[in-house]
Amino acid sequence: MRALSSFLKELKSNKEMFLMLLPAFIFVLINNYIPMFGIILAFKDFNYLDRFGSPWVGFRNFEFMFMSEAAWRTTRNTIGYNLLFIMLNLLLGVAVAIILNELRHRLLAKLYQSVIFLPYFLSWVIIAYLAYSILSPNGLFNMSIAPFLGIEKIDWYTEPKYWPYILTAVQIWKTIGYGIVIYLAGISGIDQAYYEAAVLDGASKAQQVTQITIPLLVPMMIVTTFLALGNIFRSDFGLFYQVPMQQGLLQPTTDVLDTYIYNSLIFTGDIAMSSAAGFYQSVVGFFVVIAANWAAGKISQDNRVF
Amino acid sequence: MKSERIRRAYHSNAISRKADFLFNAIFTAYCLICVSPILLIFMVSISNELSLVERGYSFFPTSISLTSYRYLFADPEKILRAYGVSIAVCVSGTALSVLMTMLYAYPISRASFKYRNFFSFYIFFTMLFSGGLVPTYIMYSSYFHLINNPVMLVVPGLVSAFNVLVVRTFFRLNIPDSVLESARMDGASEFLIFFRIVAPLSTPAIATIGLFSVLMYWNDWYSCLLYINDAKYYNIQYAMYQALRTIEYLTSSSANMNMANFSGEMAKVPAESLRMAMAIIGIGPIVFAYPFFQRYFIKGLTLGAVKE
Repeated sequence: MRALSSFLKELKSNKEMFLMLLPAFIFVLINNYIPMFGIILAFKDFNYLDRFGSPWVGFRNFEFMFMSEAAWRTTRNTIGYNLLFIMLNLLLGVAVAIILNELRHRLLAKLYQSVIFLPYFLSWVIIAYLAYSILSPNGLFNMSIAPFLGIEKIDWYTEPKYWPYILTAVQIWKTIGYGIVIYLAGISGIDQAYYEAAVLDGASKAQQVTQITIPLLVPMMIVTTFLALGNIFRSDFGLFYQVPMQQGLLQPTTDVLDTYIYNSLIFTGDIAMSSAAGFYQSVVGFFVVIAANWAAGKISQDNRVF
Repeated sequence: MKSERIRRAYHSNAISRKADFLFNAIFTAYCLICVSPILLIFMVSISNELSLVERGYSFFPTSISLTSYRYLFADPEKILRAYGVSIAVCVSGTALSVLMTMLYAYPISRASFKYRNFFSFYIFFTMLFSGGLVPTYIMYSSYFHLINNPVMLVVPGLVSAFNVLVVRTFFRLNIPDSVLESARMDGASEFLIFFRIVAPLSTPAIATIGLFSVLMYWNDWYSCLLYINDAKYYNIQYAMYQALRTIEYLTSSSANMNMANFSGEMAKVPAESLRMAMAIIGIGPIVFAYPFFQRYFIKGLTLGAVKE
């Protein structure tokens, strides 16, 4: 009660500040907070007449979901791809940033950086086109590369076994430029005095990298990695929806939680399944974020993300 | 710049020439991998259909033809419309988004505002927990009845917690209260202070989140996929997606009827090159704006990298 009256007093004396907050506050309330409560749909037998007033069914939707093979497959794919992406982006991002920073020609280094960053700005639709122009039956691989190397043609869009490699390559291709920019900024923040002292002591280039650059980048690597780990239950929908071009045959290796929820909601209209999967993704994902932050905080107080 | 280059090159601490050469070779090769797919679809878009049958998609078509572009522009309404939708969404969405973000970030950046922690957490929590697609979709579709309403192209992306936190950090570091104090003493309202003093001092922050927002709206196809069925509200990305899925999207229109009047080479739809011509027209603005974009984008990223 005291808190409320002090809030009202503040509201009165600081009216304008609250007015400034209002538009975004209301927007977030509707766009983000109402759907948070909407996850209770997972415990209901949804119909479009009663909507959120549909009858409760307890855990029945979850029973169906976990009995289906799709739940396990999509969970495995989601986590597996994310771990792979996080690891590769970290290793390649740091390595490439360090090498770019050592190139003798600064102008060339800048040029490389700009070109590598370009794919980051392309939409997934465009990237689906680019992949298609290489992989389609009439594409560059089957009509030019395969005959040149003397190997068999491959029908990429019907063979799930190739897609873990394709999706990983495409993901790295699109996002690596971003990681490089972040780590280059980190490297440029390192005090040159460290290197000067190391050179005086006769340290080689490799020693400078392993003893100075990498240790000083570790805090940044931890923050980026834990931020990414926190989102391990979420995938970039565009990558998994656009690039495989919704080919059903590819589902064993291209279906992730986000595409599964989308398909059950929009295509099969299976609200029970999609709301249960959505609940599972939101709630488990929430605990993972909290745990990731807690772990980052354990390693070093400075590295806490929030 | 030059002296810096010379210093590096002759400094004993530079990497060896051999290593430098090797790395340059690797980077050159990788940069080719970055741009060549775009070049490839451009070449396909100007390939003769016959060449596509013989050689497939190739950097070196047997003969060049602009039929696909002529076909595409014989009935440009679809593309112009999609472009118009994209531009309108980009402009209105970015303006609204920047305004709402700045207005929210300002109070929570002031140490004098008592509830700053609560309102910071309120926005930050949306990064930790989300209701996900299903409740959001049902809310917008069956409660607000916004299916096929073009505002749904703007609405979902209006406020991002990340942008709010970037601007809040910027305000904290760059707009100390001491700057605003004299205006407050003169009895200026907070809104006046915000628009007259804070906003003009914040052009780097405005540019940054504006750029993030433009890129997000321009590359968006997901809102269209979810909420728009009516082809007249398709944005350029979604129109491209439709063209990739079914070539009929491009050929089944009044264009066909116009084409009936053409004869010879135009009679047959150059399906494959037509589709890639569409992609080239969709990629165009990003590639041209890129040199400008990436410079400011990188500046903005480092702006946001400053921890609170």
